[in-house]
Parts: sequence; C-alpha cells; structure tokens
Amino acid sequence: MAKRIDVSGLNAYYGSFLAIEDISMTVEPRSVTAFIGPSGCGKSTFLRTLNRMHEVTPGGRVDGKVMLDDENLYGAGIDPVAVRREVGMVFQRPNPFPTMSVYDNVAAGLRLNGKYKKSELDDIVEKSLRGANLWNEVKDRLNKPGSGLSGGQQQRLCIARAIAVEPNVLLMDEPCSALDPISTLAIEDLIGELKERFTIVIVTHNMQQAARVSDRTAFFNLAAVGRPGKLIEIDDTERIFSNPSVQATEDYISGRFG
Amino acid sequence: MRGATRPGDRIFLGLARGSGIFVLVVMAAIAAFLTYRASKAIGENEANFFTTFEWNPTGVPAEFGIAVLAFGTVVSSVIAMVIAVPVSVGIALFITHYAPRRLGGTIAYVIDLLAAVPSIVYGLWGVLVLVPQMDGLYGWLDDHLGWTGVFDWDEGPARSLFTVGVLLALMILPIITNVTREVFRQVPRMHEEAALALGATRWEVVRMSVLPFGRSGIISASMLGLGRALGETMAVAMVLSPSFDINLSLLNAGGGTFAQNIASKFNEATPIGRDALIASGLVLFVITLLVNGAARLIIARRKEYSGANA
Amino acid sequence: MSNATLSSKPSSLRGATLPGWSTWAIAAGSAAVGYAVSAAAGLHSDIQWALIAAVLFVAGSYGISAKVEGRRQAKDRTATSMVWVAFLLAVTPLASLIWETAKRGVKVLDGYFLTHSMGVVADAEPGGGIYHAILGTLEQVGLATLISVPVGVLTAVYLVEYGRGRLAQAVTFFVDVMTGIPSIVAGLFVLSLWILILGMGESGFAGSLALSILMIPVVVRSTEEMLKLVPNELREASLALGVPKWRTILKVVLPTSIGGIVTGVMLAIARVTGETAPVLLVVWGTDFINANPFQDPQESLPMYIYLQWANSGGSGAAYDRAWAAALTLIAFIMILNLLARVVARWKAPKTGR
Repeated sequence: MAKRIDVSGLNAYYGSFLAIEDISMTVEPRSVTAFIGPSGCGKSTFLRTLNRMHEVTPGGRVDGKVMLDDENLYGAGIDPVAVRREVGMVFQRPNPFPTMSVYDNVAAGLRLNGKYKKSELDDIVEKSLRGANLWNEVKDRLNKPGSGLSGGQQQRLCIARAIAVEPNVLLMDEPCSALDPISTLAIEDLIGELKERFTIVIVTHNMQQAARVSDRTAFFNLAAVGRPGKLIEIDDTERIFSNPSVQATEDYISGRFG
Repeated sequence: MRGATRPGDRIFLGLARGSGIFVLVVMAAIAAFLTYRASKAIGENEANFFTTFEWNPTGVPAEFGIAVLAFGTVVSSVIAMVIAVPVSVGIALFITHYAPRRLGGTIAYVIDLLAAVPSIVYGLWGVLVLVPQMDGLYGWLDDHLGWTGVFDWDEGPARSLFTVGVLLALMILPIITNVTREVFRQVPRMHEEAALALGATRWEVVRMSVLPFGRSGIISASMLGLGRALGETMAVAMVLSPSFDINLSLLNAGGGTFAQNIASKFNEATPIGRDALIASGLVLFVITLLVNGAARLIIARRKEYSGANA
Repeated sequence: MSNATLSSKPSSLRGATLPGWSTWAIAAGSAAVGYAVSAAAGLHSDIQWALIAAVLFVAGSYGISAKVEGRRQAKDRTATSMVWVAFLLAVTPLASLIWETAKRGVKVLDGYFLTHSMGVVADAEPGGGIYHAILGTLEQVGLATLISVPVGVLTAVYLVEYGRGRLAQAVTFFVDVMTGIPSIVAGLFVLSLWILILGMGESGFAGSLALSILMIPVVVRSTEEMLKLVPNELREASLALGVPKWRTILKVVLPTSIGGIVTGVMLAIARVTGETAPVLLVVWGTDFINANPFQDPQESLPMYIYLQWANSGGSGAAYDRAWAAALTLIAFIMILNLLARVVARWKAPKTGR
C-alpha cells in the first residue's frame, strides 16, 4: 500500500516568482517525515507539490520530477485528480464539509470513486473512524453535521476522510496548529499508528512535535525574503536534533533564528 | 455628557433621524394612499375583485377582477425563473470557477453593466428583434409538444406570455448572476481544497463544496430576480399582445400582467378606471413586498449561519 | 488492503485524456452540424440552430469523453460544457441587444437629432429629434437627485452613526423593502396622492417624486456601506480632540467616504434615468419643448422611446428615432456607470482595508 516518494530537481513557482528551488529527497514508505523551517521557507508549498495541489493556486507551476514508486506525478498523461486520490491530504485548519454529516464526510471520497453497497460503506466508515481514533466519540452521532464536533475531533474526522479512500501517502500541513494541546497529543498518537499503513509527510512549526512523531526530518530555509526556499538537509530525526551536519540547522533548532 | 447636548449636535441628529422617519412615512403613505384609492374602486365593483375574468370598470355595472392578471404575472414570472435561475448559476460558476481569471473578471464587469440597461430598451429589442426570431422555436414547440395544449400555437405573432417569460429571463439574468457570483466567490478556499484533496474533479468540487455553500444565496438571488420579474412593466407592455382571458396555451397571444395592464390601460382610463388600476397595483405591491421580504429573511439567516461557522 | 471493494481501484495514475483541442473541435463540429441541419430543413430562426448546436455540444462532449476518459471525467466535461453553453446562451442575446441598438440607433443619431424636438413632425414622418426628451430627463432626474441625496445620505448617517434600537431596525428593514418596489407602484403612489388627491397636474416634478422613491433606498444602501468602511479610530481620534459629533461626521466621516458615496449616487442616477413606467403615469409626455418641470407634461428619453414605438403605426422613421433615442439613453447610462467606477477607484477609501 504505502509507496516511496522520490523527488528530484523540483522547482515550484507562483507566477514568475520561484518559491522553492531544486529540491531532491527520498521519503521511505511506512515512515513519518517531518518538514521544519522558518515561515515562508516553502515547506508547505513543497508539500502541496507532492499531490499536485500547488497548481490549483492561481499562477502555481512546477517543474522537476516526483516519483511515486515508479510513476512520475508530473509525467505526460498523468491525471492530477487520480494523483490526489492516491496521495491524501490533511490541512492546517480542519475543513469538514459543513453541510454533510459525520458519516457523509467520511464517505465523501468513496462516493466519488465508485458505487458501494450500504453495508460496505458502513464498514469502511467505521474502520476509518476507528483508524482515526474517533469512532467511540462519534458513533452515536454519525448523522449529525460534522461541523458540530470540536476542533480536534474535526481534524480527526478529516484524517478519517483522507484514509477512507486508502491512499498510498498521507500529507499533513501543520495539522495541529489550530488545536489545543490535548487534541494535539491525540493526533500525534494517531500519526504513530497510521505510519504502520501509510507513508506520512508532515509539515510542522513545532520542533518538539517533529522530534516526537517523525523518523526523518527535513530542514528548509531561505537565504532572504524574496529568495526561493531550499532544502538544507534531510536526515534521521535523532541526528538532526542532536548533531546536524549543517550549521544553519543547528542554529534554527537551538532557537537562534526563525 | 450625552452626545446630543450642543445645539449643532441636536439639529444634526434631528435631521438624520428625521430622514429615517421620512422613509418610514413614505412607505406607510404608499400603502395608505394606494389602499384608499383602491377601496373606492372596489366599492363600485359589482363583481368579485379576485375571481372575475373581466376588466370593465366603466361599464354599467362596473365589473373588473385580477384573475387574468394574476395568472399572466405568475406564468410569465415562472417561465422567466425556470430559464434564468439555472443559466445564471451557470454563468456565475463560469465567472468564478471555470473561465480563465482575466476573462471571468471582464465578463463579471460586462454583466454588471448589462444590469443597468433600462427595461424600455429590452422592450424595444424584444418586440422588434426577439419576437420575429421566436417564430421558428414556436413552430418546433407546436410540432412536438403541441399535443399538450400548453404549447399549442395558432401561428399568430409570437407576442405571448412565453416570449414575455423569455425576455424577463434575460432581464433578470444580470441581477441573479451578480448576487450568486458574490456568494460563490465567498466559498472558503479550504472547503474547495478539501474536495480537491480527495481526488474530486472540478464538477465534483462544485457539487460538494460550492453549491451547498451557495444554496441559500442562490435562493435569495432568485427571489430578488422574481421580485423584478413580477413588477416589470414596459418590456411586457411592449411585447405582449394582451387580452382579458386565460389562454392555456402559452404560445398564443393574450393574457396580461398587473404592471402591463396598468401601463396599457392607463391612457384611456376614466377616474374609476384609474382607481381600479390602482387597486390592481396594490395587489402587485403586496406580492412584491412578500417576495422581497422573504429574500431578505433568507439573506439575514445566511449571515448568522456563516457567522457561526467563521 | 484486505477490503475486497478496493480491488476496483485504478492501478495507474494515468487516465486516458482527450487532447486540449478536443473541446474546441466538438464545439466547432456542433455549430457546423447545427447550422447545416437548419439550412437543410429550412429553419429560419437563429435561435433554432443555436439550440441544436448547444444540445449537440453537450451531448457530444459527454459521449466522446465517456468513451475515452470514463464516466466521471465525462460528467465533469458535461458540467463544463453546460456552464459554457449557459454563458453563451445568455451572452448572445445580451450582445445582440447592444449590437442591434447600436446598429439601428446610429442611423438618425446626429447633431440635428440631439438639438431638435418633435415639434410639428408627424409621428410617421422622418425628422425631428430628442432635445425635449433630453431636457425633460435631465430636469426630472436632477430634481429627483436633489430630493434623494440629502434624504438618502442623512438616513444612512442616522443608521450608521446614531442608529440603535427599534427605529433604526425598522428603517433598515423598510429601506430594504423599498428597494424592491416596482417602479409602476411608485408611479401609482404619486398618481394617487399628488395628482388625484392633492389635485396637482401632470408635471416633470411629479415624475421626480416617483423617481425619488426608487432612488432613496439605493442611495441609503450604498452610502451605508461606505460609512461602515470608515474606521472607528478616525471617529475616535476626532472626538478625542473635543470635536462635536456632528462636526466629526461632516468633517471627518463624510469626506473620508465621499468617493464611495458619489459612486453610489451616480449608480442610482443611472438606474432611475431609464425608468419609464412612473413617467408614463404622472408626466405624460409631449412632443414639444417644456423647460418648466413644475407645470404641464414633459418628455423624457425612455418615454420618447415608448411613444415613438407605440404611436408610429409601424413607421420605419419612428422606429429609427426610437432606436436612436435608445442608443443615446444606453450611452448616457453606460457613461455614468463607467464614471462611477472611475470615481470609486480614484477616490477609493483610504482605510487600509
């Protein structure tokens, strides 16, 4: 199920502005990779190039290669809609469909992709909600609107929605930044469980979080405002936080800037 | 230390509040004087005002009723809505979600300008350009749907309620499009991205995120358009070839609407005739008040709804 | 995964995709076939071949896409083509409206036309002009503006700067309601009060009264929006200097938002300039120049168009004049609209919003 991501020579633009420059990295299957770095360094932009969401932004443009196992996401004839189905995404702010019930939110992606029997749908919805550690909290209110849940529950609902379609990769763009500490902890626990099944990439502002949840950590930085963001280094999380090979990484981690 | 202690403040507040009260007085006066004149006419009326198929206020005895006008007004407005609402939603989607950005902006601008074209010009265009063009379409409808009776056509000029409906649709398109477009533009980006990230096509994004969010906006925009269609006068007066009976076929000339009837009959009206027309105008006034009130209510509700979610 | 239903999942990210030009090809094909069918069947209305082409286009793009790309993509394409068709369906007649008015209007539109009245020109004869109508329109709309702007702006000031409680709520609600009054009802009101009850005669001023009823709510709404954009800090800064509230409003709040208010007023003027129905009821219309808006019937541009059309008995000369007047009216309204936008941009509220 989980697939390897292999990025090489990737540039992303907003109009004529080069936002990230020449990024190459490998993300192993069934692992959690965290992206850290100061604001504006392009880590979220880079994340969005991994499921072709970047080009949805007006003026968004990408060149370079992103291999998902042996298929280039930016190759000719690739359907971006199919890519997004294979590479799921969870956003900074929880965004359940406001007019849909909890159940319908989880089933939304499945319904797009084909016909399911009611019983099949029921099974997948329950499995996904259990997978997101939300089942026990919402099993009695599956038909209530998803927007009635608390922020942390909504975010787990969004995770359930993303994993219901069984993607190969799960991208998370600062999934906890809008949540309280207890909800954050619940999500972090969940990430630990999900990595058994998915390749996970998470952008975070919180370095303790990166240290707690990730196996590998990538540090992004930019030379100055208006210059493109770059990948400074990627290594095992332990090594990044104890003994990074680049001085800038150490400065950032020890709080000297950013 | 109250605000309005100085003379300047007191006078200014008085003026401002006075203007506000003036607006209320005008509204009350409209209702009162229309009712007063209408009651005079209805007092002379020997027939039931609501059910009579005749407009003969000068006859002995005077007999007039609004049944035909109510029928024509409702039918032409319904035709207009059936055409205009889906097309307007389509254009609004085109502007916000389908057209290239530049083109979308230009079109929005042009549609804005079109909303300002006066109804008299629509009327002139309708009767001199649109009516001759409708013949072919009428022939089709008669050939294929004539058996229903609704689309039966005697090959007369196409100055019927159906053409009126089409013309009204064109006239209310810009307003419905503009309001709907604004609502669609406010759809939070994150709802659309939620659908996109699940692997939704553009249409699926529209169906899952844009339309549910915009539903009440579409409804209230349609009501505003309906209010316009109900009260439209000159374009209908110019295009419709009126008669005082109810014709089940929409393609044959005949019928009438409240506003059209007032404009067409006004010139030759006697004093009681004028009062009779004012009575029918009062009914139109009440109907448009109800429709517009409902539209405002929906908009107000939506504000609360989106406020709670923000 | 273990779930059986997931085996249906596409193994590849690659979907068969129609090339980018296919949409245009289908569109061109549909238009051609539609045109050919109508030519062959001898259909003589443009509406018919356009509808045939539209149906062919939607059905064609669904069919071809369903075959090549699959059902979901086909649905997406159908939606896209329907949106395009909706756009074209609406824009074509609207473009025709402008085009026909321009084409037919320029025939007799010249200096003579603008500077002469209908005077002794018989309805069906060529000649004459719209001078009396332009004069009437300017006077009626001018007077209506003089009435509506102070009332409208003051009401908006009341709602934004003072309005709390029941009265303000009622005013807000009724201003909304007033926006939706059909113009003919406004005309009927002036007719019943001013002419039938007070016994005044038909005049340009009676028309101005009716137009004011239509104009006031528009001015209130737009002014309200603009006043709300003025940041509270500005008001507080002025009040803190000991400036009385009324002077704060006159010297700080209104000047800050003047651009937007002027824009709103211009749009309101543009809206009522084209009104015919109230003028028909209370101003009557005349073929002669009447410069006095307070006595005797006057003409106005929209009224002129209506009378030329209605009284001509199908004479070409009268239709030409009607189109020329329509073109003048549209040009006037469009220029007002454009000017309003220029003012709005030039005097955009300096509020940092």
